[in-house]
Amino acid sequence: MDFALSKEQLMIQQMVREFAQNEIEPIVAEYEAEGRFPEEIIKRLGEIGILGMTVPKELGGGGCDTVSYTLAIEEISRACASTGIAVSVNNSLACFPLLTFGTDEQKAEFLTPIANGSSLGAFGLTEPSAGSDAAMQQTVAVKDGDDYVINGIKHFITNATVAEVYIVFAMEDKSKGTRGITTFILKKGDPGFTFGTIEDKLGIRASIQAELVFENCRIPASRMLGQSGKGFKIAMMTLDVGRIGVASQALGIAQASLDRSIQFANEREQFGKPIGRLGAIQEAVANMATDIEAARMLVRYAAWCKDSGKPFSKEAAMAKLFASEMAMASATKAIQIHGGYGYIKDYPVERYFRDAKITEIYEGTSEIQRLVIALNVLSGK
Amino acid sequence: MNIVVLIKQVPDTTDVKIDPRTGTLIREGVPSIINPDDKHALEEGLRIREKFGGTVTVLSMGPPQAEDALMEARAMGADTTVLISDRAFAGSDTLATSYALARSVITTGEWDIVLGGRQAIDGDTAQIGPQTAELLGVPQVTYCIEIDIAEDGRSVTAKRALEDGYEVIETKLPALFTVIKDINQPRYPSIRGIVNVCRDCDVQTWNAKDIGASKKMIGLDGSPTQVARTFAPEPKGDGLILEGPPEQTTKELVKHLRDKNVVRVR
Repeated sequence: MDFALSKEQLMIQQMVREFAQNEIEPIVAEYEAEGRFPEEIIKRLGEIGILGMTVPKELGGGGCDTVSYTLAIEEISRACASTGIAVSVNNSLACFPLLTFGTDEQKAEFLTPIANGSSLGAFGLTEPSAGSDAAMQQTVAVKDGDDYVINGIKHFITNATVAEVYIVFAMEDKSKGTRGITTFILKKGDPGFTFGTIEDKLGIRASIQAELVFENCRIPASRMLGQSGKGFKIAMMTLDVGRIGVASQALGIAQASLDRSIQFANEREQFGKPIGRLGAIQEAVANMATDIEAARMLVRYAAWCKDSGKPFSKEAAMAKLFASEMAMASATKAIQIHGGYGYIKDYPVERYFRDAKITEIYEGTSEIQRLVIALNVLSGK
Repeated sequence: MNIVVLIKQVPDTTDVKIDPRTGTLIREGVPSIINPDDKHALEEGLRIREKFGGTVTVLSMGPPQAEDALMEARAMGADTTVLISDRAFAGSDTLATSYALARSVITTGEWDIVLGGRQAIDGDTAQIGPQTAELLGVPQVTYCIEIDIAEDGRSVTAKRALEDGYEVIETKLPALFTVIKDINQPRYPSIRGIVNVCRDCDVQTWNAKDIGASKKMIGLDGSPTQVARTFAPEPKGDGLILEGPPEQTTKELVKHLRDKNVVRVR
């Protein structure tokens, strides 16, 4: 058993850490306060290959492994969780299904531009009535000659409006239940495809979540991704990968919470000494550090399973469940360690607290992760 | 355009500690990086290549672990990297190091321009660039914040940042330039660059024989200067604060000044 990162993984971690600290950290507070999407940062991340990290080089990606991908998302999210999710969604929820289920033509037209950083991708599964119950798709796709006509609304879609490529799920045959769902590739500007409400959120305020609106949106049948009726399977497989990304994002938020807590505990003096010398603070910091390390092991293990070609659905769900709940707890502790300073916006820990919450919700709530884990465990997997 | 960039691997800290027993830097536990000025030289080399075509060859003299700095240079986009490493180089001062680097530049074959950082953050001598240029017998322009090569690829206008102003120098290639950090913003290595360098890069190593170095010119034999002693400066003691009414503190102050021979009162 070897826990050491490879030279390649270490170099990627170091490079992304430097980028995040030098380029993202100094501007994050301003972007978060204004709820402004960090377009320029995303563009630069694209130029160094962060948007299609695990996509093969010949398709425009970076050609690295999933473990390296988790290191990158952790480091980016340690500086800015909003940037972290924009990057994670592009890699996991847009690049992965195109790479896995796309035809060569679809890969050339849609995957390469979002993998090489020219544009962004998004993933449209969630609907107002289809959240955790993703099978309840109200969006419909009707075959009409050589075309499909799509009608419906997707909401809470990350990267909506800024993305060029959208992986969209729609019900083709309701009588078949989950086997009636099909996946399509939509492009910004497709006739009948517009954007609705842009959400005003508690946290990750510099990332964009918005509605996708389809009104008689007509696309050629060549835009179908994978086979007809396989959409639900594609969605579930894609979300397994997405969970590794969100778990890494949660890990980054938790690490940032610990970083700031350590700094504060060493500087802040009460009762004539730094509060880091008080037992209560030491206990909080020790627990945070231990929980973060435990989450990191789960995240890397899930990524390693994927890289090794082993099943990783349960592992990804465990990593996401543990890392996200741990991030929420770490951010809460970070505020407590900071006392009143933690509650005001002069310190970043209140942002970590607001950002951490979403990791327990999107790409499968904690309740759904427990369901996935339970179904796996109870069936002996 | 054949571009040669000289880089040095240095400890990444401004808080370097010195072993009081041996008088050498304590490098354990301190991460190593490409010397910051040298990274700007590499970036400039990559930009010149992007404009004129050609190759960027990065040379670094140092122990085997300096290979890490060369791998980073490759990931940033250098075409070839060579580690100049040999036990015979041990104890080299800046002259012997410059000699080995000049021999290495010549060993690369045809070259047009040599770039380096102004100085390294560990030694701070700023001597390697100028000495290497002298040994190569080419013009040198130091402290560059702009290097503008004309369309013909031969004439260069370089702007130097000096303490009291700027100086614009015109010269012809081949020549050597040292740069300061204001010249550019170094790029980050790309994921693809890192993957390539880790999966199929072999860093070449040249020893003293490979570069045709004369034994008398390298190592301790080739070093006219030697470090007699390295030490951390004694920390300054706390200042003295006199308290009390002015008549009393003034007397005390004068007494201290007299005792320390700062003033003499007749």
